[in-house]
Amino acid sequence: MSATLGHGASVRIEACGKTFADGTRALEPATLDIARGETLVLLGPSGCGKTTMLRIIAGLELPDAGGRVLFDGNDMTAVPIEQRNVGMVFQSYALFPNMSVADNIGYGLKIRGMARKERAARIAELVVLTNITGLENRRVDQLSGGQRQRVALARAVAIRPGILLLDEPLTALDAALRDRLRGELNRLLRALGITTIYVTHDQSEAMELGDRIVVMQKGAIAQIGTPREIYFTPKNRFVAEFIGAANIVESPVENGHLVLPGGRQPIGGDANLPAAVAMIRPETIRVVEAGGAPLCGIIDSVSFIGDRQRMIVSGASGKFLTVDAPNTIKAQAGERIGLLIAPDAVRLLPPEH
Amino acid sequence: MRDRLIFTGQLLFTLFVAAFLVVPAILSISAGVTVNYFRGISSGVTLQWVFQVWDLYAGTILLSFVIAFATLAVTLLAGVPSAYALHIRGGRLSRIVEEIITLPLAIPGLAIALALLFTYQGFGSFRRSWLFILTGHVIFTMPFMVRSVMAVFATVDIRTLDEGAASLGASPWRRFRDVIVPNAVPGILGGSLMVVTLSLGEFNLTWMLHTPLTKTLPIGLADAYASMRLEVASAYTLIFFVMIIPLLIAMQMFADREQRR
Repeated sequence: MSATLGHGASVRIEACGKTFADGTRALEPATLDIARGETLVLLGPSGCGKTTMLRIIAGLELPDAGGRVLFDGNDMTAVPIEQRNVGMVFQSYALFPNMSVADNIGYGLKIRGMARKERAARIAELVVLTNITGLENRRVDQLSGGQRQRVALARAVAIRPGILLLDEPLTALDAALRDRLRGELNRLLRALGITTIYVTHDQSEAMELGDRIVVMQKGAIAQIGTPREIYFTPKNRFVAEFIGAANIVESPVENGHLVLPGGRQPIGGDANLPAAVAMIRPETIRVVEAGGAPLCGIIDSVSFIGDRQRMIVSGASGKFLTVDAPNTIKAQAGERIGLLIAPDAVRLLPPEH
Repeated sequence: MRDRLIFTGQLLFTLFVAAFLVVPAILSISAGVTVNYFRGISSGVTLQWVFQVWDLYAGTILLSFVIAFATLAVTLLAGVPSAYALHIRGGRLSRIVEEIITLPLAIPGLAIALALLFTYQGFGSFRRSWLFILTGHVIFTMPFMVRSVMAVFATVDIRTLDEGAASLGASPWRRFRDVIVPNAVPGILGGSLMVVTLSLGEFNLTWMLHTPLTKTLPIGLADAYASMRLEVASAYTLIFFVMIIPLLIAMQMFADREQRR
């Protein structure tokens, strides 16, 4: 129990797969290292295996034979969750309805045999930290969704866990509250500096909170990387499309140029490929005068979003091209425009099979 | 005006329906304090039959309560943990076990009693003790406790609460004590009410299982009707009511208060 704030344990999962009793393969055997103090986000659509992976790390699921879970190099595979010293925030929060807010936060400390006085001090500390002052004596069912989320977090970190596990902690909240709490959660996680594993299906949560992101697809890891790596250099089409907005362009390459209906787009180098798949982010496309631009198209529609405007352009690539332009450009549907894209903003993706 | 009419109509209908239940009970009870039932209430009012019943059956009445609360204790100790285990484990095996526990509701009490008699005919002292009746009552009332607790587990997502407590370091026993049982209280109270009521009123199983020395309230009642004056049997009914109604009201109030908390 000497774990202090700002540390935590390192985690390694080795060849952990999960097949459920009914034969469903929830997780392909995966190996993953999480450094001490790192915030790792497991990101993917529902059913991709991210929650299963989290539950294996937590000790709520046993991996298939051959899989191992190690904390700080110690094999924890057979250790039940109550002895793993992890803090967990559940999607439904799992607050105890029979206890007050303070008793919920203090429950883990009580289990550890901490004296009443010390416990009260620790609870007071967490109440301040998670910004729920004044709610200590409330019943759980008298709290709003956002308050419950904070209590759940306070309860999970009260025990000074080696690893903090969060299973879609913001999903149950409405959009505006989610955005605000995301910022708060980020500051809190940075301040705690504890090893954190965060499961979400929301890519903006993943981007903001993660030191690294693990993108998962159909029970397998599709890519591991920093938010920048994942965003700018996705390994495949699934990752490119799941993270942010992406234009996927399919065309042949001649002398280092994509050959498109609206013109020839340089991609750098002088490669020749009969068929290529390329990704272009909407914000990397500049709108210019049609004359002289390497790539031209016709504006199909413009939607004003506020900080920018999103144009759908036809005739440039085989499909519609999404362009995020500054909100100052005056453009109308039906207008012919030129599109300027830096060669290094075009990323070739491996062909699909 | 129209609302009043509707209300009056509903009230009359309710009283009419209630009368089917209440009137025979009142007639029966009043017979118990009449000097001579065939001559009617004009023959005078007396408590002699009540005292006579008390003298004859005090032991039976006491035994009934002992059995009812022993049944409650056993169904609580065995039923609540079973409900927890069945709910957490889930799967086909749990379903099958749940069905088996529920089976005594569908099987006639006589059949259960016969099965018990066949099984334990060799164990004389057990067969002759009140524990034999207790066994029957536990079998008969267990599904009410298990079902009622499981119904609550299903509504409060007990599995996630259990996992939450486990993540905070609580052992299975601590989880059961601190989180599972307190959150199952409405189901436990509802189940307890059913178990005590059913055990006190149970007749057909008990009738097969009892011996002259191990009689419960309903058996004594049948005995009184079969072998004594109608006034005595009616006085018995009166005692039955006086003992059970306050108990039921108390338990109901306790359950209501717990639910409001």
